Amino acid sequence: MSLASRARQDQRPGLSGWGRTYLPGVERRSEDLARDSVGKHLSRGLGRSYGDSSLLAKGDQVALGTTLADRILGFDEATGVLRVEAGLCLAELNRLFLPRLWFTPVTPGTKFVTIGGMVASDVHGKNHHVNGTFGRHVRSLLLRTGSGELVECSREHETELFLATLGGMGLTGHILEVSVQLEKIPSPWIYTESYRIDSLDEMLARLKSDGEKWPMTVAWCDTVAGGKKMGRGILYVGRWATADEAPRGLPKGRPTITMPFSLPSGLLNRFTIGIFNSLVYGSHFQKVKKGFVDPDKYFYPLDSIQHWNRGYGKRGVTQHQSIIPNESGATGLRAMIETLADAGTASFLSVVKDCGEEGDGLLSFPKPGMSLALDLPIRDDSQQVIDRLNATVIEHGGRVYLTKDGMTRPADYAAMDPRVPEFLRVRKKYDPEGQLRSAQSRRLFGE
Amino acid sequence: MKVVILGGTRGMGRSLGRLCAERGDEIFLLGIGQDDLQKSATDFEQRGGGTRKVGWAECDMERPETFEAALDAADAALGGFDTVVVTAGLFGTQERLEEDLAFTQRLLYVNFANTVLFCEHARRRLLSRGGGTLCAFSSVAGDRARKPVVLYGASKAGLSAYLEGLDHKFRSQGLRTITIKPGFVKTSMTEGLKPPPFAGEPDGVAREVLRAILKGTPVRYTPFMWTFVMLVIRWLPRFVMRRIGF
Repeated sequence: MSLASRARQDQRPGLSGWGRTYLPGVERRSEDLARDSVGKHLSRGLGRSYGDSSLLAKGDQVALGTTLADRILGFDEATGVLRVEAGLCLAELNRLFLPRLWFTPVTPGTKFVTIGGMVASDVHGKNHHVNGTFGRHVRSLLLRTGSGELVECSREHETELFLATLGGMGLTGHILEVSVQLEKIPSPWIYTESYRIDSLDEMLARLKSDGEKWPMTVAWCDTVAGGKKMGRGILYVGRWATADEAPRGLPKGRPTITMPFSLPSGLLNRFTIGIFNSLVYGSHFQKVKKGFVDPDKYFYPLDSIQHWNRGYGKRGVTQHQSIIPNESGATGLRAMIETLADAGTASFLSVVKDCGEEGDGLLSFPKPGMSLALDLPIRDDSQQVIDRLNATVIEHGGRVYLTKDGMTRPADYAAMDPRVPEFLRVRKKYDPEGQLRSAQSRRLFGE
Repeated sequence: MKVVILGGTRGMGRSLGRLCAERGDEIFLLGIGQDDLQKSATDFEQRGGGTRKVGWAECDMERPETFEAALDAADAALGGFDTVVVTAGLFGTQERLEEDLAFTQRLLYVNFANTVLFCEHARRRLLSRGGGTLCAFSSVAGDRARKPVVLYGASKAGLSAYLEGLDHKFRSQGLRTITIKPGFVKTSMTEGLKPPPFAGEPDGVAREVLRAILKGTPVRYTPFMWTFVMLVIRWLPRFVMRRIGF
């Protein structure tokens, strides 16, 4: 099976995001997006957004699946500018271009995403404090707008449309083709160091200070441990290995295993997650580890387990990823971790990342501050937990990441992001009849 | 290989072309739509490492007069090809074909008469230089007449019979004819139809087809499971076939 098809979702009736919440609808895949985008209300790629970003608004029936439109339309070895059809899977791009020593300038934490999806989510990665979001490196886009026109847009031409599309969740037009600047890398290996860190304050300080020395940083946090241990974790820093220090040859690629069936919902709870977190923390018994690793292992540790979301059972998972401005980063993060303890829930994998400058995408998620991503098993009280987390986010002037979201209330989102009216204005301009919409846009923007 | 692929811009042909490109084969692409051909040629070039040029020419299965010139262009670009793959064809559901006889006529021409003509052109060229490989995509639908594929199946049955004869007659002269019989494969051609058990993905099918080409396998069902499925279906008595709905 191809990488992309392996990454596709279980085929239960309806469509779901990675969080396994299903809504009615079917996906029709197409090799000819320009032809088949006509009259469709939403495009979707590999369905890796967690919530309802790639799901249909109520009443809509067919989403355009882009994964068969995956041709490489051009690559200039001299400049590194790549042109692809939107359905190309990042895993495939990496497989083809890593040996040629080119790599995507920004990669999210899974390679099972499409390039079109990376634009729509304006993804960020471990190098955000240096390279910004994916959108910064996008040169131009070919879109089918809601009013039916084919528009090639860039920072110079149809600027408004271009910037609204970076992070615009596919609501400004079907993304058909993408031109992006790849990054030349010195070797196909990553040099990484990891540190065991005892407390949240130290972790946040280290993210900042190490971010000045390292182009890639990220931290895993134990959000179950309380008291002085709160926020203890492991800090991972890294950079591309230089040609003379790197191991010879290409990384071999890692074996993957598949989660064969859904585990019972509720198996992952505060108790089991607490044990897991202690084991992860305890297994890093050295203060520091160093070495050369396969980029797959470094960037995509979870991709080695296919369908890992089945671990959350049929009820699934929701992710809450927020960014809290630097001034109140520690307070905000601590308040959110305490909220989880108070609600008696827990996050299986909690990731902290310091973010750099805000991108120019109109709805781009990251801005200077600390990002906290929490994986929360869905329970009866999930909506209340999300509401409480969002209250903290609003209090500290932060915002949440739409790609992970399926539960934020419209008023909360409006309070977090003053850019929304401007986004809606541009969206309206290119789609006066509101043809393009998703379950998420209906939920948050009412249209 | 120096391979000519007719229908390499889509589906199984696209997947097969990519495999060939990554192996380092020299490829020439035939099909319709200049823009589409150019895009697929670039795709193959980049997947081959960006160093080998992939040429293309228009060749329309509905216009047999284009065949000769297209194969001339392929010969010129590749310096004499040794392998020809034909994946182009039309598909329509039985309901659509019964209603639209103009479309039925087109489908019968493309899938049978014109595919045979194209293969005849290719055969002559390959035999004139001592042989080679001719690989054409027929279908499991050509093995037994079935209610949902009466017309499509008939076009593929004719093609399968022709390809078998070609193999019998010319294998001793160095021309290896390979008949590919795909079962249900999840391509854009079948998108929207409900996949039966053992439905395949184009990339997996392409790997099996490439193996058949390299080994010279005369008939290849793909995905492999369909070998057994069709073994059963081929032996079903007629009164059973009449009763069942698939």
